[in-house]
Amino acid sequence: MTDQTTTPGAGAASGAASDAVSITGVSRVFTGRRGESTVTALDGIDLTVSPGEFVSLIGPSGCGKSTLLRLIADLDQPTAGEIRIFGKTAKKARLDQEYGIAFQQAGLLPWRSVAANIELPLQLHGMAAAGRKARTAELLELVGLGDFGSKYPDQLSGGMQQRVAIARALAESPNLLLMDEPFGALDEMTRERMQNELVRICGETQAAVVFVTHSIPEAVFLSNRVVVMSPRPGRIQGILPVALGSSGQRGEGLREADGFFDAVSEVRELLHGAPAEAGARGVENR
Amino acid sequence: MSVSEALKAVDAGSIGTVPGIVEDSTRRPLRGAAFLRRFGLGALGVLLLAVVWELYKALGPAEGVIVGGVTVLPRTTDLAMPHVVDMVGRLFEPVSSAANALPMWMAVLQASAFSLGVASVGWIAGVIVGLFLALLMQRFLTAEAALFPWIVLSQTVPLIAIAPLVRRWGAQIEIGSFEWEPWMSVALIASYLAFFPISIGALRGLNSPDTNHIELMRSYGVGWWTTLFRLRLPASVPYLLPALRLGAASAVIGTIVAEVSIGLRGGIGRMVVEFAAAAGGDPAKPYAPIFGAVLVGLVAAGFVSLIGVFLRRYRRGEVPA
Repeated sequence: MTDQTTTPGAGAASGAASDAVSITGVSRVFTGRRGESTVTALDGIDLTVSPGEFVSLIGPSGCGKSTLLRLIADLDQPTAGEIRIFGKTAKKARLDQEYGIAFQQAGLLPWRSVAANIELPLQLHGMAAAGRKARTAELLELVGLGDFGSKYPDQLSGGMQQRVAIARALAESPNLLLMDEPFGALDEMTRERMQNELVRICGETQAAVVFVTHSIPEAVFLSNRVVVMSPRPGRIQGILPVALGSSGQRGEGLREADGFFDAVSEVRELLHGAPAEAGARGVENR
Repeated sequence: MSVSEALKAVDAGSIGTVPGIVEDSTRRPLRGAAFLRRFGLGALGVLLLAVVWELYKALGPAEGVIVGGVTVLPRTTDLAMPHVVDMVGRLFEPVSSAANALPMWMAVLQASAFSLGVASVGWIAGVIVGLFLALLMQRFLTAEAALFPWIVLSQTVPLIAIAPLVRRWGAQIEIGSFEWEPWMSVALIASYLAFFPISIGALRGLNSPDTNHIELMRSYGVGWWTTLFRLRLPASVPYLLPALRLGAASAVIGTIVAEVSIGLRGGIGRMVVEFAAAAGGDPAKPYAPIFGAVLVGLVAAGFVSLIGVFLRRYRRGEVPA
């Protein structure tokens, strides 16, 4: 979004400080055990996410969207290129708890009650018990599970578990939320309800979001920008701004709006351009 | 054979029951009727065993069933197979004809308590060593590669072979006022058997958390120790409990066998040997210490189950995604 034409080095750092995420020339190559087979999961990725912006990464399996998210989260390191989060290196950002993360699996600890699960990051970082309790109550209200604090994860439905996971990701009020197909395992109805909830939550928390999905309507409904990726090697095929209004204006009605369908079609065209091109290249190579 | 293959082999072999027990241990605690039913079934099993014994004794041939010169079923004489009633009745008679002889049940209880005490010391030592090895192997892959084969190999050494060695080495230990007692040798051998299932089970348990959970901890920027206490140890409980139970059983067996090999007086092992010699004139007598051994095993298993009750919270079923 902001201009990246500043001089490299000092410029990159100062320019990136205002961005939630700034990714420059990042690639990730996975090397086989004996070093003979290499897979280029990501190649030459440049992407910037502004504070408070909702960006979706979408693409077919193997396009590296999850890998990119893991690189931002510092759960994996890029082979080349640089990732900065609020001007910090990915590692520093992780250690400073600049982001909250939610995965496809809710990943709740089964021996902890819902409240204790949400409390986990606060507890690990030494917050006092009273403060934790207040914050947990607040978060439970935010995700609409006010009465479920003392339940255990196995007593909740999949959608409820995912809400708890989101509450946990939001526990330390991060300015960046990383989500890896968080609604992927949910049924369609629950999924749409969760999307509405997420739009509301993002409006309230003002956090920037990087959201990995393989659902086009989901990406369009939630995002300010949709990043379409293509596989082998993982590249950014195109970035589509979706001007469907601020989070406050995104309601259930939006799913019926013309602008929504137009954006869905555009994303679909961008997506479907990719496999045809890749196939043609494959033929030429033979 | 790689370490992971060895792990699988061990799983399939000695502690192949672990996954089944894990499933079992995640059940909700039994209440009321369910508990009574389970208890009743257990009692019924014991009763059935007694009935089968008596039936065969009544109906089987006196000289036993012999196929091609090999006795496949025992003789049914009172000498070879005393009546169950006699075995139980023998418990309430004095141990010997000596004037100051204790009633049998009391002597057996005393010996059982002695053996249980030694087995407990061995079990605790086994738990400490087993957990320590598991933690070491979890923390350092090289430690796993280096230690694992030896841990498996350690169990192939026959107990009878090491018992006299342990005794001889122990006898040479004398630090200040501390002197190595023979019962310590027995406890050491018990711990040698007990640490094995515990280290394997604990390692599996410590490695059981999903990548998901591990990465979550990583995203929180916490170190290995915090991850250990907040994630790995709680997650290992369903694996650890059956391992502790197996360890307890091993400690009891190790104690009784080592008592025999080392010749330690006062415990069940020695009593089994002594009373077996008396079987000619008093056929019901050797069964008394066997009841004692069963009792020791039950108490040991019961104690581990008690630990499980306190750790109930960590045994909830996995979260369905």
